[in-house]
Amino acid sequence: MSEVIRLENVWVKYGDIVVLEDINLSIYEYDFLGIIGPNGGGKTTLLKVILGLIKPTRGKVTVLGDTPEESRRYVGYVPQVTLFDREFPATVLDVVLMGRLGRKGILGRYGKEDLKVAYEALESVEMLELKDRRVGELSGGQLQRVLLARALVTDPKILLLDEPTASVDEPTKTNLYELLKKINNKVTIVLVSHDMGVISSYVEKIACLNRRLFYHGSPEMEGRAVEETYQCPIYLIAHGFPHRVLKKHKRGK
Amino acid sequence: MILWEALQYEFMRNALLAGVLASIACGIVGALVVVRKMSMISGGISHAAFGGIGLGYLLGFDPLYGALAFTTASAVIMGFIRERMGISEDSAIGIIWVTGMSLGVILIGLSPGYAPDLFSYLFGSILAVPSSDLIVMAVLDAVILVIVYFLYEEFLAVSFDEDFAKASGVPTERVYLILLSLVALTVVILIRVVGVILVIAMLTVPAVTALQFSRRLNEIMLLSSILSIIFTVEGLWLSYIFNIPSGATIVLVSVVTFLLASALKKIF
Repeated sequence: MSEVIRLENVWVKYGDIVVLEDINLSIYEYDFLGIIGPNGGGKTTLLKVILGLIKPTRGKVTVLGDTPEESRRYVGYVPQVTLFDREFPATVLDVVLMGRLGRKGILGRYGKEDLKVAYEALESVEMLELKDRRVGELSGGQLQRVLLARALVTDPKILLLDEPTASVDEPTKTNLYELLKKINNKVTIVLVSHDMGVISSYVEKIACLNRRLFYHGSPEMEGRAVEETYQCPIYLIAHGFPHRVLKKHKRGK
Repeated sequence: MILWEALQYEFMRNALLAGVLASIACGIVGALVVVRKMSMISGGISHAAFGGIGLGYLLGFDPLYGALAFTTASAVIMGFIRERMGISEDSAIGIIWVTGMSLGVILIGLSPGYAPDLFSYLFGSILAVPSSDLIVMAVLDAVILVIVYFLYEEFLAVSFDEDFAKASGVPTERVYLILLSLVALTVVILIRVVGVILVIAMLTVPAVTALQFSRRLNEIMLLSSILSIIFTVEGLWLSYIFNIPSGATIVLVSVVTFLLASALKKIF
């Protein structure tokens, strides 16, 4: 399978504070990678580096064989819902159409094709009925699905999701993961979350990020330096994550 | 009715026309300022205009053109600071704000003689708008309308979620710079009506009032333009009856209406 994202010795510093330290990561086509880690561990920063929104202080990022900026239009991004202004005057359809902006050209208008794609995406996340609702009136889970639809209309090859289940109740969570699993047939998915429990039953590979990245997923990594693999479980226990999650995951391989 | 009586005078007709032209600009751009949360940036740009007004006094050209040069320049500087420099936008606003005001004060101080209508640039003088300024205002309105017509979706997307817009290929830096330039043009239009110090009121109050009643940006633009026309006419009328300064009256009428509208919305 071909490699779609590659990070080599990537460092990100804000002033003197190291946010990402020497990250090496390869993500392959149709992977479903879950990255877990505590708040402030650099998860959002990592996604923004892949999107080219944050330039690494050091190191090299390659997305689909090119720079992140060049490959941006093939990458769908679903940011955290908590960041949005609830008073913002836009409807569900307005927001989903924003995903088509990059391809219509700066002076162009949305065409029939854009509307059709937006309707299909809303249908697939079961939000078509609420297309005229103001986004501020949606629940967390509904807004989450709208943001997913917005990312889908860009027709992405890679989908990056930031804490997609943060403000979502349990049944909606399961729905969302089922939906992502379906999307994963055609799209590489990278998902970051601190919500360890649910992630482990859906994603195929897991990495832990707390400034440094510990990769557990692929079988060839299993036998690698004990120290490296050892650090994550210890850190997981220390932060209250159940140890068995990782074991169960390994058995599944 | 007193208003019809007042309309016999050319200055009153000009004042009304200036109010309408200014309302179109401040309704449309004000809506963007409010949803993009950039009212303080607008404050910085409008106060920077005072430097240009001072330059106009010193060199003897129409201070409004000086204002246009200074607001546009400060908009561009503001855009660049955000992208390229290590200081926060908030600090940049403060610096540009005071630099413009200080330059204005010094340049006017250097100008020979007494500056007769200085007060009108600070607090507005809608009753003294010459016909030539009306033409400038109309042209700037037209520019604003054309730009917003073509970039409406971009402005909406950049205001809602700049990271996503950037990630999906929108040239967000350019869009933001254009947005700041629109604010710069609007400030120049509004200086005649309420003056540099009160411009910020006209860019925010009508739009915030409209935001209470609508869920779409284009509706908010239309509604806040209409509200702004009503506020201007009402303020003008009150200032005529009670013989009080017009700019400040227009602003207070707007604020009172906003408070009433918010209270009504809470009740119902």
